[in-house]
Amino acid sequence: MTLDELTRPDFPILERVVNGRPLVYLDSAASSQRPRSVIDAMSRYYERSHANVHRSIHTLGEEATELYEQCRDAVQRFIGAAAREEVILTRGTTDGLNLVADALGHALAPGDEILVSEMEHHSNIVPWQMAARVRGGAVRAIPVAGDGRLDLDAFRRLLGPRVRVVAVAHVSNVLGTINPIPEIARAARAAGALTVVDGAQAAPHLPLDIQALECDFYAFSGHKMLGPTGIGVLWGRRDLLERLEPTRGGGEMIREVWIDRAVWNDLPWRFEPGTPPIAEAVGLAAAVEYLEKLGMTRVAEHGRALAQRAVERLSAVPGVTVYGPPAGTPRGAVVAFSVAGLHPHDVAALLDAEGIAVRGGHHCAQPLMARLGVVGTARASFSVFSSVADVDRLAAAVAGLDAAL
Amino acid sequence: MTAAIGAGPYSDVIRRRWRGPRFRGELTGANRVAEDVNPLCGDRVRVMLRVEGDAVAAARFVGDSCAICTAAADVASEMVEGRPARRGAVAVPDVLEALQADIRPTRMRCVTLPVSVLDAALGDGRAAAPAARSARP
Repeated sequence: MTLDELTRPDFPILERVVNGRPLVYLDSAASSQRPRSVIDAMSRYYERSHANVHRSIHTLGEEATELYEQCRDAVQRFIGAAAREEVILTRGTTDGLNLVADALGHALAPGDEILVSEMEHHSNIVPWQMAARVRGGAVRAIPVAGDGRLDLDAFRRLLGPRVRVVAVAHVSNVLGTINPIPEIARAARAAGALTVVDGAQAAPHLPLDIQALECDFYAFSGHKMLGPTGIGVLWGRRDLLERLEPTRGGGEMIREVWIDRAVWNDLPWRFEPGTPPIAEAVGLAAAVEYLEKLGMTRVAEHGRALAQRAVERLSAVPGVTVYGPPAGTPRGAVVAFSVAGLHPHDVAALLDAEGIAVRGGHHCAQPLMARLGVVGTARASFSVFSSVADVDRLAAAVAGLDAAL
Repeated sequence: MTAAIGAGPYSDVIRRRWRGPRFRGELTGANRVAEDVNPLCGDRVRVMLRVEGDAVAAARFVGDSCAICTAAADVASEMVEGRPARRGAVAVPDVLEALQADIRPTRMRCVTLPVSVLDAALGDGRAAAPAARSARP
Protein backbone atom coordinates (compact mmCIF):
# COMPACT_ATOMS: atom_id res chain seq x y z
CA MET A 1 0.00 0.00 0.00
CA THR A 2 1.38 3.42 -0.93
CA LEU A 3 1.63 6.13 1.69
CA ASP A 4 -1.21 8.14 0.16
CA GLU A 5 -3.50 5.09 0.05
CA LEU A 6 -2.73 4.57 3.71
CA THR A 7 -3.27 8.20 4.75
CA ARG A 8 -5.98 9.65 2.49
CA PRO A 9 -8.90 8.31 4.56
CA ASP A 10 -7.48 10.22 7.53
CA PHE A 11 -7.86 13.63 5.86
CA PRO A 12 -11.53 14.71 5.80
CA ILE A 13 -10.87 17.73 3.58
CA LEU A 14 -9.83 15.49 0.69
CA GLU A 15 -13.50 14.53 0.30
CA ARG A 16 -14.21 18.03 -0.97
CA VAL A 17 -15.29 18.72 -4.49
CA VAL A 18 -13.91 22.01 -5.86
CA ASN A 19 -15.38 23.54 -9.00
CA GLY A 20 -17.09 20.27 -9.77
CA ARG A 21 -13.92 18.18 -9.53
CA PRO A 22 -12.47 16.14 -6.66
CA LEU A 23 -9.94 18.33 -4.87
CA VAL A 24 -6.30 17.85 -5.77
CA TYR A 25 -4.45 19.71 -3.05
CA LEU A 26 -0.91 20.54 -4.15
CA ASP A 27 -0.20 23.49 -1.87
CA SER A 28 1.16 21.78 1.22
CA ALA A 29 4.33 23.90 1.17
CA ALA A 30 2.09 26.88 1.95
CA SER A 31 0.02 24.93 4.45
CA SER A 32 -0.66 21.21 4.62
CA GLN A 33 -3.99 19.65 5.57
CA ARG A 34 -4.72 17.97 8.91
CA PRO A 35 -5.54 14.35 9.68
CA ARG A 36 -8.58 13.65 11.83
CA SER A 37 -6.35 12.71 14.78
CA VAL A 38 -5.06 16.30 14.94
CA ILE A 39 -8.52 17.83 14.61
CA ASP A 40 -9.91 15.42 17.22
CA ALA A 41 -7.07 16.03 19.68
CA MET A 42 -7.72 19.77 19.57
CA SER A 43 -11.49 19.37 19.90
CA ARG A 44 -11.04 16.95 22.79
CA TYR A 45 -8.73 19.41 24.51
CA TYR A 46 -11.29 22.23 24.23
CA GLU A 47 -14.16 19.97 25.25
CA ARG A 48 -12.46 18.38 28.25
CA SER A 49 -9.23 19.98 29.43
CA HIS A 50 -8.90 23.65 28.59
CA ALA A 51 -7.46 26.01 31.18
CA ASN A 52 -4.42 28.26 31.30
CA VAL A 53 -1.05 26.57 31.71
CA HIS A 54 1.67 26.79 34.35
CA ARG A 55 -0.38 28.86 36.79
CA SER A 56 -3.75 27.31 37.57
CA ILE A 57 -3.60 24.84 40.47
CA HIS A 58 -6.92 23.18 39.68
CA THR A 59 -7.33 19.90 37.81
CA LEU A 60 -7.96 21.40 34.39
CA GLY A 61 -4.96 23.68 34.79
CA GLU A 62 -2.79 20.67 35.54
CA GLU A 63 -4.18 18.74 32.58
CA ALA A 64 -3.65 21.63 30.20
CA THR A 65 -0.10 22.14 31.45
CA GLU A 66 0.67 18.47 31.07
CA LEU A 67 -0.73 18.37 27.52
CA TYR A 68 1.14 21.52 26.55
CA GLU A 69 4.44 20.21 27.88
CA GLN A 70 3.86 16.85 26.20
CA CYS A 71 4.13 18.71 22.91
CA ARG A 72 7.62 19.83 23.85
CA ASP A 73 8.58 16.24 24.62
CA ALA A 74 7.12 15.03 21.33
CA VAL A 75 9.06 17.68 19.41
CA GLN A 76 12.26 16.91 21.30
CA ARG A 77 11.92 13.27 20.27
CA PHE A 78 10.93 14.17 16.69
CA ILE A 79 14.00 16.30 16.04
CA GLY A 80 16.43 14.47 18.31
CA ALA A 81 17.15 17.44 20.56
CA ALA A 82 19.52 16.85 23.47
CA ALA A 83 17.18 18.44 26.00
CA ARG A 84 13.54 19.54 26.23
CA GLU A 85 14.76 22.97 27.37
CA GLU A 86 16.10 23.50 23.87
CA VAL A 87 12.60 23.36 22.39
CA ILE A 88 10.84 26.74 22.44
CA LEU A 89 7.26 26.75 21.26
CA THR A 90 6.57 29.77 19.06
CA ARG A 91 3.77 31.00 16.77
CA GLY A 92 5.48 29.60 13.69
CA THR A 93 8.70 29.74 11.67
CA THR A 94 8.45 33.48 11.10
CA ASP A 95 8.00 34.05 14.82
CA GLY A 96 10.97 31.82 15.67
CA LEU A 97 13.26 33.51 13.15
CA ASN A 98 12.22 36.94 14.41
CA LEU A 99 12.90 35.82 17.96
CA VAL A 100 16.47 34.79 17.08
CA ALA A 101 17.09 37.86 14.92
CA ASP A 102 15.84 40.17 17.70
CA ALA A 103 17.92 38.46 20.35
CA LEU A 104 21.10 38.09 18.31
CA GLY A 105 20.61 41.58 16.90
CA HIS A 106 21.29 43.05 20.33
CA ALA A 107 24.81 41.66 20.17
CA LEU A 108 25.58 43.07 16.72
CA ALA A 109 28.06 45.91 16.35
CA PRO A 110 28.29 48.44 13.51
CA GLY A 111 29.98 46.80 10.55
CA ASP A 112 28.97 43.27 11.53
CA GLU A 113 27.63 41.13 8.72
CA ILE A 114 24.79 38.65 8.34
CA LEU A 115 24.82 36.24 5.43
CA VAL A 116 21.48 35.10 4.05
CA SER A 117 21.06 33.03 0.93
CA GLU A 118 19.47 34.33 -2.23
CA MET A 119 16.87 31.54 -2.03
CA GLU A 120 15.55 32.55 1.41
CA HIS A 121 11.92 33.10 2.24
CA HIS A 122 11.29 36.72 3.25
CA SER A 123 10.98 35.54 6.85
CA ASN A 124 14.68 34.65 6.87
CA ILE A 125 15.71 37.93 5.22
CA VAL A 126 13.61 40.77 6.59
CA PRO A 127 14.15 40.08 10.33
CA TRP A 128 17.90 40.20 9.67
CA GLN A 129 17.57 43.46 7.74
CA MET A 130 15.70 44.88 10.73
CA ALA A 131 18.35 43.67 13.19
CA ALA A 132 21.15 44.98 10.98
CA ARG A 133 19.49 48.36 10.52
CA VAL A 134 19.16 48.94 14.26
CA ARG A 135 22.80 48.07 14.95
CA GLY A 136 24.48 49.35 11.81
CA GLY A 137 25.19 45.93 10.38
CA ALA A 138 24.91 44.69 6.81
CA VAL A 139 23.05 41.81 5.19
CA ARG A 140 24.85 40.07 2.32
CA ALA A 141 23.62 37.36 -0.02
CA ILE A 142 25.02 33.90 -0.65
CA PRO A 143 24.34 33.51 -4.38
CA VAL A 144 22.33 30.72 -5.95
CA ALA A 145 24.15 28.96 -8.79
CA GLY A 146 22.54 28.17 -12.14
CA ASP A 147 21.68 24.63 -11.06
CA GLY A 148 19.52 25.92 -8.20
CA ARG A 149 22.06 25.09 -5.52
CA LEU A 150 23.95 27.48 -3.27
CA ASP A 151 27.32 28.64 -4.56
CA LEU A 152 29.37 27.32 -1.64
CA ASP A 153 32.64 28.69 -3.00
CA ALA A 154 31.12 32.16 -2.99
CA PHE A 155 29.79 31.46 0.50
CA ARG A 156 33.29 30.66 1.78
CA ARG A 157 34.62 33.84 0.19
CA LEU A 158 31.89 35.86 1.91
CA LEU A 159 32.68 34.30 5.31
CA GLY A 160 34.88 37.12 6.52
CA PRO A 161 35.79 38.07 10.08
CA ARG A 162 32.76 40.38 10.46
CA VAL A 163 30.16 37.70 9.74
CA ARG A 164 28.18 36.95 12.90
CA VAL A 165 25.22 35.00 11.53
CA VAL A 166 24.59 32.72 8.56
CA ALA A 167 20.85 32.33 7.93
CA VAL A 168 19.83 29.64 5.42
CA ALA A 169 16.89 27.45 4.53
CA HIS A 170 17.26 23.72 4.99
CA VAL A 171 14.97 23.16 1.98
CA SER A 172 14.07 25.97 -0.45
CA ASN A 173 10.32 26.66 -0.56
CA VAL A 174 10.61 27.36 -4.30
CA LEU A 175 13.46 25.35 -5.78
CA GLY A 176 13.19 22.40 -3.42
CA THR A 177 16.97 22.49 -3.06
CA ILE A 178 18.21 20.65 0.03
CA ASN A 179 21.07 22.72 1.36
CA PRO A 180 24.08 21.01 2.99
CA ILE A 181 23.48 22.39 6.47
CA PRO A 182 26.30 20.51 8.28
CA GLU A 183 28.84 21.75 5.74
CA ILE A 184 27.53 25.32 5.96
CA ALA A 185 27.36 25.26 9.76
CA ARG A 186 30.91 23.89 10.11
CA ALA A 187 32.30 26.60 7.85
CA ALA A 188 30.32 29.26 9.72
CA ARG A 189 31.51 28.04 13.10
CA ALA A 190 35.12 27.99 11.93
CA ALA A 191 34.65 31.64 10.97
CA GLY A 192 33.10 32.49 14.33
CA ALA A 193 29.51 32.81 13.05
CA LEU A 194 26.27 31.21 14.22
CA THR A 195 24.03 29.29 11.82
CA VAL A 196 20.27 29.86 11.89
CA VAL A 197 18.22 27.46 9.78
CA ASP A 198 14.72 27.94 8.36
CA GLY A 199 13.41 24.38 8.55
CA ALA A 200 9.81 25.14 7.50
CA GLN A 201 10.01 22.98 4.36
CA ALA A 202 12.26 20.32 5.87
CA ALA A 203 10.55 19.35 9.13
CA PRO A 204 7.41 18.03 7.36
CA HIS A 205 9.40 15.88 4.95
CA LEU A 206 12.84 14.84 6.18
CA PRO A 207 13.96 12.72 9.13
CA LEU A 208 15.57 15.30 11.41
CA ASP A 209 18.58 14.72 13.60
CA ILE A 210 19.08 18.23 14.83
CA GLN A 211 22.42 17.56 16.45
CA ALA A 212 23.86 16.03 13.28
CA LEU A 213 22.92 19.21 11.38
CA GLU A 214 25.50 21.06 13.53
CA CYS A 215 23.56 24.33 13.30
CA ASP A 216 22.83 26.63 16.25
CA PHE A 217 19.15 27.49 15.76
CA TYR A 218 16.43 25.77 13.75
CA ALA A 219 12.87 27.04 13.23
CA PHE A 220 9.80 25.36 11.77
CA SER A 221 5.98 25.57 11.71
CA GLY A 222 3.23 23.24 12.83
CA HIS A 223 0.81 23.96 9.98
CA LYS A 224 3.12 22.76 7.23
CA MET A 225 3.58 19.40 8.97
CA LEU A 226 -0.06 18.36 9.38
CA GLY A 227 -0.48 20.39 12.57
CA PRO A 228 -2.43 23.56 13.33
CA THR A 229 -1.63 27.16 12.40
CA GLY A 230 -0.38 29.48 15.11
CA ILE A 231 2.30 27.22 16.53
CA GLY A 232 5.88 26.46 15.63
CA VAL A 233 9.19 25.49 17.12
CA LEU A 234 12.46 27.24 17.65
CA TRP A 235 15.23 24.87 18.61
CA GLY A 236 18.46 26.35 19.92
CA ARG A 237 21.62 25.03 21.50
CA ARG A 238 21.17 25.15 25.22
CA ASP A 239 24.41 27.03 25.94
CA LEU A 240 23.41 29.70 23.42
CA LEU A 241 19.85 29.98 24.68
CA GLU A 242 21.19 30.37 28.23
CA ARG A 243 23.22 33.39 27.12
CA LEU A 244 20.52 34.92 24.93
CA GLU A 245 18.56 37.83 26.38
CA PRO A 246 14.81 37.53 25.90
CA THR A 247 13.38 40.36 23.79
CA ARG A 248 9.73 39.93 24.70
CA GLY A 249 8.47 40.27 28.23
CA GLY A 250 5.33 39.34 30.13
CA GLY A 251 3.91 36.57 32.22
CA GLU A 252 5.43 33.08 32.10
CA MET A 253 8.89 34.28 31.12
CA ILE A 254 9.83 35.65 34.56
CA ARG A 255 10.88 34.19 37.88
CA GLU A 256 10.32 37.36 39.94
CA VAL A 257 9.21 40.89 39.11
CA TRP A 258 9.67 44.17 40.93
CA ILE A 259 8.63 47.57 39.67
CA ASP A 260 12.10 48.40 38.41
CA ARG A 261 13.47 44.98 37.40
CA ALA A 262 12.73 41.32 36.81
CA VAL A 263 14.56 38.02 36.90
CA TRP A 264 14.03 35.72 33.93
CA ASN A 265 12.50 32.29 34.17
CA ASP A 266 14.41 29.14 33.25
CA LEU A 267 14.58 27.74 29.75
CA PRO A 268 12.47 27.24 27.74
CA TRP A 269 9.74 29.40 29.31
CA ARG A 270 12.05 32.45 29.29
CA PHE A 271 11.21 32.76 25.60
CA GLU A 272 7.50 31.98 25.87
CA PRO A 273 5.82 35.09 27.32
CA GLY A 274 2.06 35.21 27.74
CA THR A 275 -0.51 32.48 27.38
CA PRO A 276 0.84 30.13 24.72
CA PRO A 277 -1.15 28.45 21.93
CA ILE A 278 -2.20 25.49 24.07
CA ALA A 279 -4.72 23.76 21.83
CA GLU A 280 -2.29 24.24 18.97
CA ALA A 281 0.43 22.53 21.00
CA VAL A 282 -1.94 19.62 21.55
CA GLY A 283 -2.54 19.52 17.80
CA LEU A 284 1.16 19.71 16.99
CA ALA A 285 1.88 16.81 19.33
CA ALA A 286 -0.79 14.77 17.53
CA ALA A 287 0.74 15.71 14.16
CA VAL A 288 4.19 14.64 15.33
CA GLU A 289 2.78 11.32 16.53
CA TYR A 290 1.01 10.82 13.21
CA LEU A 291 4.22 11.44 11.24
CA GLU A 292 6.22 9.22 13.57
CA LYS A 293 3.77 6.37 13.03
CA LEU A 294 4.21 6.70 9.26
CA GLY A 295 7.96 6.92 9.68
CA MET A 296 9.87 9.94 8.41
CA THR A 297 12.11 7.89 6.16
CA ARG A 298 9.04 6.67 4.33
CA VAL A 299 7.53 10.17 4.32
CA ALA A 300 10.74 11.55 2.79
CA GLU A 301 10.85 8.88 0.11
CA HIS A 302 7.19 9.56 -0.79
CA GLY A 303 7.78 13.31 -1.20
CA ARG A 304 10.95 12.74 -3.19
CA ALA A 305 9.26 10.30 -5.58
CA LEU A 306 6.31 12.64 -6.20
CA ALA A 307 8.59 15.64 -6.76
CA GLN A 308 10.68 13.59 -9.15
CA ARG A 309 7.63 12.48 -11.10
CA ALA A 310 6.32 16.05 -11.22
CA VAL A 311 9.67 17.30 -12.55
CA GLU A 312 9.64 14.64 -15.27
CA ARG A 313 5.99 15.02 -16.25
CA LEU A 314 5.96 18.83 -16.22
CA SER A 315 9.30 19.10 -18.05
CA ALA A 316 7.80 17.04 -20.87
CA VAL A 317 5.03 19.60 -21.46
CA PRO A 318 5.93 22.05 -24.27
CA GLY A 319 6.37 25.60 -22.96
CA VAL A 320 6.82 24.55 -19.34
CA THR A 321 9.97 25.54 -17.44
CA VAL A 322 10.73 23.68 -14.23
CA TYR A 323 13.01 25.39 -11.69
CA GLY A 324 15.40 23.91 -9.19
CA PRO A 325 18.06 21.22 -9.12
CA PRO A 326 18.31 18.98 -12.19
CA ALA A 327 16.25 15.78 -12.36
CA GLY A 328 17.77 13.04 -10.27
CA THR A 329 19.14 15.43 -7.62
CA PRO A 330 17.56 14.99 -4.19
CA ARG A 331 15.00 17.73 -3.59
CA GLY A 332 12.22 18.62 -1.22
CA ALA A 333 8.56 17.91 -1.92
CA VAL A 334 8.08 21.04 -4.01
CA VAL A 335 8.29 21.83 -7.73
CA ALA A 336 8.13 25.38 -9.11
CA PHE A 337 7.32 25.83 -12.78
CA SER A 338 6.14 28.38 -15.31
CA VAL A 339 4.06 28.10 -18.44
CA ALA A 340 5.17 30.16 -21.44
CA GLY A 341 2.83 33.07 -22.10
CA LEU A 342 0.87 32.68 -18.88
CA HIS A 343 1.23 34.60 -15.64
CA PRO A 344 1.59 32.34 -12.57
CA HIS A 345 -1.59 33.74 -11.02
CA ASP A 346 -3.50 32.83 -14.14
CA VAL A 347 -1.94 29.36 -14.11
CA ALA A 348 -3.09 28.91 -10.52
CA ALA A 349 -6.59 30.24 -11.28
CA LEU A 350 -6.99 28.06 -14.38
CA LEU A 351 -5.85 24.98 -12.46
CA ASP A 352 -8.25 25.88 -9.66
CA ALA A 353 -11.05 25.69 -12.20
CA GLU A 354 -9.98 22.04 -12.58
CA GLY A 355 -10.10 21.50 -8.81
CA ILE A 356 -6.30 21.61 -8.55
CA ALA A 357 -4.85 23.83 -5.82
CA VAL A 358 -1.35 25.13 -6.54
CA ARG A 359 0.35 28.32 -5.48
CA GLY A 360 1.11 31.08 -7.95
CA GLY A 361 3.22 34.12 -7.15
CA HIS A 362 6.58 35.03 -5.68
CA HIS A 363 6.32 32.57 -2.76
CA CYS A 364 7.67 35.22 -0.38
CA ALA A 365 11.01 34.86 -2.11
CA GLN A 366 11.32 37.99 -4.25
CA PRO A 367 15.15 38.06 -4.29
CA LEU A 368 15.08 34.53 -5.70
CA MET A 369 12.45 35.56 -8.28
CA ALA A 370 14.77 38.40 -9.33
CA ARG A 371 17.64 35.90 -9.58
CA LEU A 372 15.48 33.66 -11.77
CA GLY A 373 14.37 36.67 -13.80
CA VAL A 374 10.66 36.07 -13.25
CA VAL A 375 7.91 37.94 -11.44
CA GLY A 376 6.67 34.68 -9.98
CA THR A 377 6.13 31.00 -10.66
CA ALA A 378 3.49 28.37 -10.15
CA ARG A 379 4.36 25.81 -7.50
CA ALA A 380 3.08 22.34 -6.77
CA SER A 381 3.96 20.87 -3.39
CA PHE A 382 3.22 17.56 -1.79
CA SER A 383 2.37 15.90 1.48
CA VAL A 384 1.86 12.38 2.76
CA PHE A 385 -1.60 12.25 1.20
CA SER A 386 -0.47 13.41 -2.25
CA SER A 387 -0.55 10.75 -4.93
CA VAL A 388 0.88 9.83 -8.31
CA ALA A 389 -2.64 10.39 -9.67
CA ASP A 390 -2.54 13.96 -8.29
CA VAL A 391 0.73 14.62 -10.12
CA ASP A 392 -0.64 13.13 -13.32
CA ARG A 393 -3.83 15.21 -13.12
CA LEU A 394 -1.68 18.29 -12.64
CA ALA A 395 0.53 17.47 -15.62
CA ALA A 396 -2.49 16.78 -17.85
CA ALA A 397 -4.17 20.03 -16.82
CA VAL A 398 -0.97 22.04 -17.37
CA ALA A 399 -0.65 20.47 -20.82
CA GLY A 400 -4.08 21.91 -21.66
CA LEU A 401 -3.37 25.42 -20.44
CA ASP A 402 -1.87 26.88 -23.61
CA ALA A 403 -5.29 27.00 -25.19
CA ALA A 404 -7.06 28.23 -22.09
CA LEU A 405 -6.56 31.97 -22.27
CA MET B 1 -7.50 18.47 -22.39
CA THR B 2 -8.53 22.10 -22.11
CA ALA B 3 -9.12 23.71 -18.77
CA ALA B 4 -12.79 24.20 -17.99
CA ILE B 5 -12.87 27.93 -17.70
CA GLY B 6 -16.24 28.88 -19.09
CA ALA B 7 -17.26 30.53 -15.85
CA GLY B 8 -15.08 32.51 -13.50
CA PRO B 9 -12.84 35.47 -13.92
CA TYR B 10 -11.70 35.01 -17.52
CA SER B 11 -14.40 36.71 -19.56
CA ASP B 12 -14.09 37.17 -23.30
CA VAL B 13 -13.14 40.80 -22.69
CA ILE B 14 -10.29 39.75 -20.42
CA ARG B 15 -9.05 37.09 -22.83
CA ARG B 16 -9.16 39.47 -25.76
CA ARG B 17 -7.39 42.28 -23.89
CA TRP B 18 -4.80 39.83 -22.51
CA ARG B 19 -3.99 38.37 -25.91
CA GLY B 20 -3.92 41.72 -27.67
CA PRO B 21 -3.79 44.72 -25.36
CA ARG B 22 -4.25 47.89 -27.40
CA PHE B 23 -2.79 50.35 -24.92
CA ARG B 24 0.30 48.43 -23.82
CA GLY B 25 3.66 50.01 -24.59
CA GLU B 26 5.83 53.04 -23.99
CA LEU B 27 4.33 56.49 -24.56
CA THR B 28 6.37 59.13 -26.33
CA GLY B 29 5.98 62.54 -24.77
CA ALA B 30 4.45 61.26 -21.53
CA ASN B 31 4.27 64.01 -18.92
CA ARG B 32 2.57 62.08 -16.12
CA VAL B 33 3.90 58.73 -14.92
CA ALA B 34 3.10 56.53 -11.94
CA GLU B 35 4.06 53.01 -10.97
CA ASP B 36 3.17 50.62 -8.19
CA VAL B 37 3.40 47.00 -7.21
CA ASN B 38 0.95 44.41 -5.90
CA PRO B 39 2.62 43.09 -2.75
CA LEU B 40 0.61 39.88 -2.92
CA CYS B 41 2.05 38.70 -6.21
CA GLY B 42 4.83 41.09 -7.18
CA ASP B 43 2.98 42.39 -10.25
CA ARG B 44 4.17 45.81 -11.30
CA VAL B 45 2.33 48.32 -13.46
CA ARG B 46 3.48 51.67 -14.83
CA VAL B 47 0.98 54.07 -16.39
CA MET B 48 2.12 56.90 -18.65
CA LEU B 49 -0.09 59.80 -19.68
CA ARG B 50 0.30 62.66 -22.08
CA VAL B 51 -1.83 65.46 -20.77
CA GLU B 52 -2.61 68.34 -23.10
CA GLY B 53 -4.47 71.25 -21.59
CA ASP B 54 -6.93 69.82 -19.10
CA ALA B 55 -7.47 66.50 -20.83
CA VAL B 56 -5.67 63.19 -21.27
CA ALA B 57 -4.52 63.02 -24.87
CA ALA B 58 -2.94 59.57 -24.67
CA ALA B 59 -2.46 56.77 -22.14
CA ARG B 60 -0.24 53.66 -22.20
CA PHE B 61 0.86 51.11 -19.65
CA VAL B 62 3.65 48.58 -19.22
CA GLY B 63 4.04 45.94 -16.58
CA ASP B 64 4.67 42.43 -15.39
CA SER B 65 1.10 41.45 -14.82
CA CYS B 66 -1.50 38.70 -15.01
CA ALA B 67 -4.35 38.53 -17.51
CA ILE B 68 -6.84 40.30 -15.25
CA CYS B 69 -4.42 43.09 -14.35
CA THR B 70 -3.36 43.54 -17.97
CA ALA B 71 -6.95 43.67 -19.16
CA ALA B 72 -7.90 46.12 -16.41
CA ALA B 73 -4.93 48.35 -17.29
CA ASP B 74 -5.91 48.21 -20.96
CA VAL B 75 -9.54 49.09 -20.27
CA ALA B 76 -8.61 51.88 -17.86
CA SER B 77 -6.14 53.35 -20.35
CA GLU B 78 -8.75 53.34 -23.09
CA MET B 79 -11.35 54.91 -20.80
CA VAL B 80 -9.15 57.77 -19.62
CA GLU B 81 -8.19 59.03 -23.05
CA GLY B 82 -10.14 62.20 -23.74
CA ARG B 83 -11.29 62.57 -20.15
CA PRO B 84 -10.36 65.47 -17.82
CA ALA B 85 -6.92 64.97 -16.27
CA ARG B 86 -7.97 64.80 -12.67
CA ARG B 87 -8.21 62.11 -10.02
CA GLY B 88 -11.27 59.92 -10.21
CA ALA B 89 -11.52 60.18 -14.00
CA VAL B 90 -11.69 56.37 -14.10
CA ALA B 91 -13.16 54.44 -11.18
CA VAL B 92 -12.92 50.76 -10.28
CA PRO B 93 -16.66 50.01 -10.83
CA ASP B 94 -16.41 51.35 -14.40
CA VAL B 95 -13.51 49.04 -15.15
CA LEU B 96 -15.22 46.06 -13.49
CA GLU B 97 -18.30 46.64 -15.59
CA ALA B 98 -16.26 46.81 -18.77
CA LEU B 99 -14.41 43.59 -17.95
CA GLN B 100 -17.73 41.68 -17.68
CA ALA B 101 -16.11 39.14 -15.38
CA ASP B 102 -16.74 37.55 -12.02
CA ILE B 103 -13.72 38.85 -10.12
CA ARG B 104 -13.30 37.16 -6.75
CA PRO B 105 -11.95 39.09 -3.74
CA THR B 106 -8.57 37.33 -4.02
CA ARG B 107 -8.12 38.80 -7.51
CA MET B 108 -9.72 42.22 -6.92
CA ARG B 109 -6.29 43.77 -6.37
CA CYS B 110 -5.44 42.75 -9.96
CA VAL B 111 -8.14 45.24 -11.06
CA THR B 112 -7.57 47.95 -8.47
CA LEU B 113 -3.78 48.12 -8.97
CA PRO B 114 -3.82 49.62 -12.49
CA VAL B 115 -6.74 51.89 -11.62
CA SER B 116 -4.94 53.26 -8.55
CA VAL B 117 -1.73 53.72 -10.55
CA LEU B 118 -3.68 55.58 -13.21
CA ASP B 119 -5.23 57.70 -10.48
CA ALA B 120 -1.79 58.49 -9.08
CA ALA B 121 -0.65 59.54 -12.54
CA LEU B 122 -3.70 61.78 -12.85
CA GLY B 123 -2.86 63.25 -9.45
CA ASP B 124 0.70 64.37 -8.91
CA GLY B 125 2.03 62.06 -11.61
CA ARG B 126 4.72 60.61 -9.43
CA ALA B 127 5.20 56.96 -8.51
CA ALA B 128 2.71 55.75 -5.93
CA ALA B 129 5.56 53.74 -4.41
CA PRO B 130 9.30 53.96 -5.00
CA ALA B 131 10.18 51.71 -7.92
CA ALA B 132 12.89 49.23 -6.95
CA ARG B 133 13.29 48.18 -10.54
CA SER B 134 11.60 49.27 -13.69
CA ALA B 135 8.75 47.36 -15.21
CA ARG B 136 9.38 45.39 -18.36
CA PRO B 137 7.25 46.24 -21.37
